[in-house]
Amino acid sequence: MKKKWLSIVLASALVVSCTACGSKATPTGGTASAKTTDGKTITVGFSQVGAESDWRTANTTSMKGTFTKANGYNLVFDDAQQKQENQITAIRNFIQQEVNYIVLAPVTETGWDTVLKEAKDAKIPVIIVDRMVKVSDESLYTAWVGSNFKLEGQKATEWLKDFAAAKGLKNSDLHIVDIQGTIGASAQIGRTEGLEEAAKTNGWDLLAKESGEFTQAKGQEVMESFIKQYPNLNVVYCENDNEAFGAIDALTAAGKTVGSDIKNGQVMVMSFDCTKAGLTDTLNGKITLDTECNPLHGPRVQKIIDALKSGGTVDKKAYVDEEMFCADTTVPKVSISGQDFNVTKLTQDVLSKRAY
Amino acid sequence: MLGKLTRAAKEKKPSAVAFLLLITILLFVVMYAVGMVVFADKGFARPQMFMNLFISNAGLIVIGCGLTIVMITGGIDISVGSVTALVCMVAADLMEHKGMSAGMALLSALLIGLAFGLVQGYLVSYLDIQPFIVTLAGLFFGRGMTAVVSTDMIAVKNPQFLQWANAKIELPIGYTNRNGAFIPAYIYPTVVVALVVVVVISIMLRRSKFGRSLYAIGGNQQSAVLMGLNVRKVKMQAYVLDGLLAGLGGFLFCLNSCAGFVEQAKGLEMDAISASVIGGTLLSGGVGTVIGTLFGVLIKGTIGSLITTQGTLSSWWVRIVLSALLCFFIVLQAIIAGVGGKKLKK
Repeated sequence: MKKKWLSIVLASALVVSCTACGSKATPTGGTASAKTTDGKTITVGFSQVGAESDWRTANTTSMKGTFTKANGYNLVFDDAQQKQENQITAIRNFIQQEVNYIVLAPVTETGWDTVLKEAKDAKIPVIIVDRMVKVSDESLYTAWVGSNFKLEGQKATEWLKDFAAAKGLKNSDLHIVDIQGTIGASAQIGRTEGLEEAAKTNGWDLLAKESGEFTQAKGQEVMESFIKQYPNLNVVYCENDNEAFGAIDALTAAGKTVGSDIKNGQVMVMSFDCTKAGLTDTLNGKITLDTECNPLHGPRVQKIIDALKSGGTVDKKAYVDEEMFCADTTVPKVSISGQDFNVTKLTQDVLSKRAY
Repeated sequence: MLGKLTRAAKEKKPSAVAFLLLITILLFVVMYAVGMVVFADKGFARPQMFMNLFISNAGLIVIGCGLTIVMITGGIDISVGSVTALVCMVAADLMEHKGMSAGMALLSALLIGLAFGLVQGYLVSYLDIQPFIVTLAGLFFGRGMTAVVSTDMIAVKNPQFLQWANAKIELPIGYTNRNGAFIPAYIYPTVVVALVVVVVISIMLRRSKFGRSLYAIGGNQQSAVLMGLNVRKVKMQAYVLDGLLAGLGGFLFCLNSCAGFVEQAKGLEMDAISASVIGGTLLSGGVGTVIGTLFGVLIKGTIGSLITTQGTLSSWWVRIVLSALLCFFIVLQAIIAGVGGKKLKK
């Protein structure tokens, strides 16, 4: 009897403390929303994939930095922890909150029909960022902002072509391996396509391609097997920075030197993303060319929202501007179908000024 | 009425079990009420917000029911997340690449669940292997097979399937929006299926011989044997039913996401287990109700909704609050159900 009495006291104490911490979290929300109802504040619901990489974190920071109270926005941010079902739930929640705009960085390309239909029925414009979505009806989203991954691949390979020519290398001298990203990701598809097309037109020797799943560990593993199978390889095309770090480790461990001097037996590492760590390796010559994948989507999304707000129409697809970084200036710019892209000479100064 | 179902497991105090369930329901009501008051201006008080809890978690409710059944016998099934991924992938693959109908996809989902249930059930009940290890193997196998079927993301575009997924059932309740138009709340057919499952399993656990045998076995396996129960057969049946429900739940999950891919439903088994525990199911067996599990799922959904609505808290707080609740319920169970020390092995 005594035990039972004690347990009831304990249980109710815990329940009270639980509800107390539940309500402790809420006052901030209450006051924040009070401000939103008083005027022209625009509420934006942003469902982010997660925080799995530096790139993603930079993407989140850009959104949070753009949609601030000072700029007249109220950002409702949700981190989906890599789960599509969490994103679907979050979007349903945004709809009930009657946010003015929904921004979605989808974890997957598929599976959005139902919930985007609900958003459309509620007349809330949806802006997709980063990855594309595959939906049965294109009108389910208003616009998409992201990178042109194929163009990234084209820029990198065009640079390689010009660089090889400048160094007096023949097309047949290049023996390339491709450490691909996660198969099926838009970035992997675009960057691989860019390389495959260039290899075909230029007659390069594309030895092999295999997925490194965008991770350092897997990149290293794939590189180790490449070194064993293809002792003559001299260009490694990594589809993101993390894979490049792994590849560099594997090459160094195998007694190879990484660098741009292919003629004297160095192995050239090319990469994508331009994270701070990636560019640090670019600055010290380990990565020869790093092609940017710009995560700063905030300003672009804001432009779209501004246009929609004033009743204007927006382009269905908006690409962000992206640069290329190289430690030397052998190739100052590349040209793709008549458009010129500058190659930025990377210095410590440039590196320290970057936002991510 | 709760007394009846626990009579088989004679050692449990019926009032304690009812009290646990009451705490769960009370906690849900309090949480939701707090949300409705604090976030009234953010639509939290709207009927649709409540319905969304069911819409987003229909699959999890069904899977949680299956898990509750095996947990009542003192077992566990951690393969359900992988089964869900496999079901979604096979269903998507059959419909999109093999040209099969949505009905066939549903059938294949149930068959996959049944197959998992049969194999795991046999290993657990007839070969006496630890359920954790058996279903851990199931977890790896399911996820591996999903990748074998396809590593691509497959979007389901089958018209029949999409019709099932998007058939809104409008309810007579709703709210009036800014422009004065009445917007009815709606649910999808998945919610109806999930609730039917909860009701059917709940009645089965209370009324049927099978249901009471489950409690008897979980309460004290040796006494159950002495009472003349065919323990192996009942356990086998429990795992088969759990497998079938995982298959069905996986299909409901697929109706919500309309896609199949390898990473789907990762960690879903942990959500289902925590929902069961919060709902008053004992890991050591003998105690548990599917109504409790339903509320466990709703509590998990409500925490998520509260944190998303709040908008500035990191969504990892969902996990932290859940862990706090789990601790709370485990301690509560240990004290109230009077099974401390001796029975709580995990």
